[in-house]
Amino acid sequence: MKEVHESPIKPIDVYTDTRDILAHAKRQADANKYEDYLIVDVDSHHTETNSWHEIIEYIEDPVIRAQAQEYQQSRTGGPPYGLSGDFGLKYQGVGGRIPHNDNRLETVEEKDVHRDVVLTRRAMESFGLDYMVVFPTPMLFLGTHPQPEMEVLLGRAYNRWLEERLLPGDERIKSFMYLPFNDPEAALRTVEDFSEVKGSVGFTITSARYKPVHHNQYMKLYAALEERGMPLCFHAGYYWQDSSMSLLNRFIGMHALAFVLCNLVHMTNWVLNGLPERFPKLKTIWLESGLAWIPFLMQRLDHEYLMRTSEAPLLRKLPSEYMREMYYTSQPMETDHPKALELTFEMIHAETQLLYSSDWPHWDFDPPSVIFDLPFLSEQGKRNILGENARRLLKLDER
Amino acid sequence: MSELFVGREEDFEEQDRRLIVQDGLEIGVFRVNGAFYAYQNQCAHRGGPVCQGKILNKVEEVLNEDKTSRGLQFSKEHLHIICPWHGFEYDLRDGVNAGNRRLHLKKYEVEVRKGGVYVLI
Repeated sequence: MKEVHESPIKPIDVYTDTRDILAHAKRQADANKYEDYLIVDVDSHHTETNSWHEIIEYIEDPVIRAQAQEYQQSRTGGPPYGLSGDFGLKYQGVGGRIPHNDNRLETVEEKDVHRDVVLTRRAMESFGLDYMVVFPTPMLFLGTHPQPEMEVLLGRAYNRWLEERLLPGDERIKSFMYLPFNDPEAALRTVEDFSEVKGSVGFTITSARYKPVHHNQYMKLYAALEERGMPLCFHAGYYWQDSSMSLLNRFIGMHALAFVLCNLVHMTNWVLNGLPERFPKLKTIWLESGLAWIPFLMQRLDHEYLMRTSEAPLLRKLPSEYMREMYYTSQPMETDHPKALELTFEMIHAETQLLYSSDWPHWDFDPPSVIFDLPFLSEQGKRNILGENARRLLKLDER
Repeated sequence: MSELFVGREEDFEEQDRRLIVQDGLEIGVFRVNGAFYAYQNQCAHRGGPVCQGKILNKVEEVLNEDKTSRGLQFSKEHLHIICPWHGFEYDLRDGVNAGNRRLHLKKYEVEVRKGGVYVLI
């Protein structure tokens, strides 16, 4: 009989260290020898609102900056200054069932770098990553802000904060610069001003918004991105107040649809208006909508395009053929129907176009094992998806 | 087959748990309605630390006779262990997943002998 003494593992709550939450991921990393692979996580997150008091200091407008400072110091009962969104409708933690999505209050002793750098390093160490691309969280809703100028001011402040506070902390941490897409001229200025930021690997449009991506006013923006060789990503999000989404009473239903609907709409406009023909060298990445929507849209658009070719005259091949040349991040990968998943990989040319992403620390995160354990991938395909595709696309150094 | 001593029966409160580790094997031991259940700390979904998650009653939706919904309530009968990685829920009495009965946790037998609680591995 063996007697067991004090257990090294404890119940997990919002105070648990990232490395303890992800101890099983570390075990997978060791067992699978991830150190022999280049692994790039193209979509993870930090919670920028925890640093909002720092970020507002970078607001360039002195009046708005002063108002933000006063709000942050004095206001009670409100979300961080200037952010739009869904206030208290953040049910991702499922009533506390998934603690790391609600908060991460773990102890951080290190003072030489920003706290978010330390948290990101802990996740990288646990997952066995070489690079982690971080995105903000509540700012994913900023495209629905009623004041376009506020998206410009806050997006720009965040970009400066990224440049000065987060990205210098660790060269393995990368980010896409925030584009204030509701103001086309400001978006263009963002590309002109932030293309050279060390650690930046491209620019992002948060997809939850109501501006059509094919409008003529965006052509200078796309030309500027193409000229600089910077990828453009569409990061999915949700907006529960959207008139269609407001019919859904359960978070699960709204989340399942909304994170896809926004990119379905933007992709449809992107393809049918011939943006891939207009900017053939501009690389686009579609993030956090999962994968199941892509074969659906490929089939749907091909079917209708052949009957209504005159409505999309810039196209020189099938919509699905353009989509197959774009890039997609893997999470949240729908793995419950393996045959459908395998066909999806085939249809999107996953071995060259798919980029592993975790979405850590959000509630539906995927560890690298979701790719590593797939039985139908070739060894090279596995290496490509885990990191080599991202290394080539984002021009990362080999490690 | 060997056995691990988990603790004294009298030291377990109702809905109490002990997490034990032996030679890398992690096991959660739970007391539910006076009985003991033990499972490997390995979620059937992505391998998460399921036994370190929250213990909550199953959520049920109650329908009236005319099929209208009366809303949600916590079950008085079923208690769940919930994986803290992604929220996968398992009934603590059989380790079966709440959403897909084909998924289940690895179960271990528990013996209570002379006031001591033992897991057989």
